[in-house]
Amino acid sequence: MIEIQNVYKSFDGKNVLKNISAIFESGKTNLIIGQSGSGKTVLMKSIIGLHRIDSGKILYDGRNIPDMQFMKIKKLRQEVGMLFQGSALFDSQTVAQNVMFPLEMFSNMTQIDMENRMKFCLGRVNLDESTYNLFPSEISGGMQKRAAIARAIALNPRYLFCDEPNSGLDPLTSLVIDRLIKEITEEYDITTIVNTHDMNSVMEIGENIIFIKSGEKAWEGNRHQIFDSNNDSLNDFVFASDLYKKVKATNNIQESKQ
Amino acid sequence: MITLSILKHIGSYTSLMLRVFTKPDRWRMFFRQLPKEMEKLGLDSLGIVIIISTFIGAIMTIQTKLNTSDPLLPKYSTGLVTRDTLLLEFSSTIMCLILAGKVGSNVASEIGSMRISEQIDALEVMGINSANYLILPKIIAFVLMIPCLVIISMAVGLFGGYLVGVFSDIVSQNDYLFGIQYMFQPFYIFYSIVKSLVFAFIIASVASYYGFYSYGGALDVGKASTNAVVNSSILILLSNIVITNFMLN
Ligand SMILES: Nc1ncnc2c1ncn2[C@@H]1O[C@H](COP(=O)(O)OP(=O)(O)OP(=O)(O)O)[C@@H](O)[C@H]1O
Ligand SMILES: [Mg+2]
Repeated sequence: MIEIQNVYKSFDGKNVLKNISAIFESGKTNLIIGQSGSGKTVLMKSIIGLHRIDSGKILYDGRNIPDMQFMKIKKLRQEVGMLFQGSALFDSQTVAQNVMFPLEMFSNMTQIDMENRMKFCLGRVNLDESTYNLFPSEISGGMQKRAAIARAIALNPRYLFCDEPNSGLDPLTSLVIDRLIKEITEEYDITTIVNTHDMNSVMEIGENIIFIKSGEKAWEGNRHQIFDSNNDSLNDFVFASDLYKKVKATNNIQESKQ
Repeated sequence: MITLSILKHIGSYTSLMLRVFTKPDRWRMFFRQLPKEMEKLGLDSLGIVIIISTFIGAIMTIQTKLNTSDPLLPKYSTGLVTRDTLLLEFSSTIMCLILAGKVGSNVASEIGSMRISEQIDALEVMGINSANYLILPKIIAFVLMIPCLVIISMAVGLFGGYLVGVFSDIVSQNDYLFGIQYMFQPFYIFYSIVKSLVFAFIIASVASYYGFYSYGGALDVGKASTNAVVNSSILILLSNIVITNFMLN
């Protein structure tokens, strides 16, 4: 479980995060949603400690990151996996080497164990052997995302962060990746936080959602509650596409029939 | 205003170097990176070093001869002047200025593109000291390789001068060969190598610095690598004066 309390973050006097508090439980996919530029990535990087926050607490099962010394944070990082907005695979290494990298850096496994673990992780994200020796530039965006997930889960993380896991992907691939994240989360009881501005993901995996508007938490709930909110800014976000207006209308009809 | 920004750069450069010169997270990974970097920064520069040194050695011999037509000067003077220029300045300072362009831009753009594509963040999230993992092997590799490049440049440069004697009658081969051996001072080679070690450190570390702190997009990586080349060249010239004062006075 990760809990954040009254987090503030500014860059050169510009406030990007304002007084954000939230609880992210383990075994659930926790979503951070909001428009482009609302501060999702900054919030995620602050939680991981890539950005130093101005004030507030970030508790990883009780361990407060801003209080921790560098060496302790380094240790904690080994329990963290992250999927970056642009995959961030090492482009001088093949897919297989990318997944092996955290193992070689931190585990004491034998070469064979590491290779088995690599094959397991890549298999888990449905990448087959033909991709092992390709470089990131030689595979498609969706495959890069999947390889990046495999790298993120290589060390059995307790905390998984995904920054826009399906930006730039077609709806079908997005769905595959969303489901994959949800399955892994439940299977290993990971605390997962996903940034997204994609309503399809929200409907697919949104068990606990916080909505960020210009750096402030404007709403909190789950995917079933999201249609019934009377928060104007949330409604502007959710019903930006006509599709979800229709979804809501159908929902209302069904409810009135019952 | 300018002083303030220079101080700021010195501050963040120093703190980056403090992060670079720590114990690697895994020595095994360090020793895997090191030979790769030695190949990329050192071996791959061999071609340009050989080509440029040969031609400059030849041109220097021709120019020296043509511009010192005084019959009172001994015949061996052409070889001697060529040799001392190569040993004292060309093969260390000028060669390193050229390598600042090649190696500096290579290092800065590689690290810079890792920065903007979040690969450095990815290393940090894994709990790796990214500065140490990426930069230390580059600095060590280039500092290890530069003496070889300098010695090769000297040898090839002298050979270039000799070729002038072979293919033309501007200087005679015998005068040239006598000249390049006359009053030879081994200390000059030592002096050149010491200088080049400092220059190699400057090139690799300054380029890494600009790459590591680049942000934005591909355009900014280009700017970072330009800054790396310009500023490491200036630092090479400045430190050249300091070292020369120190060692030759
Ligand atoms: N390193 C930085 N320095 C200064 N300002 C920054 C920095 N990183 C982000 N910002 C600012 O913080 C704000 C929020 O950016 P952020 O990247 O968190 O948006 P986002 O919600 O992730 O958007 P998107 O959905 O487009 O990824 C933006 O206005 C951005 O300009
Ligand atoms: Mg973002």
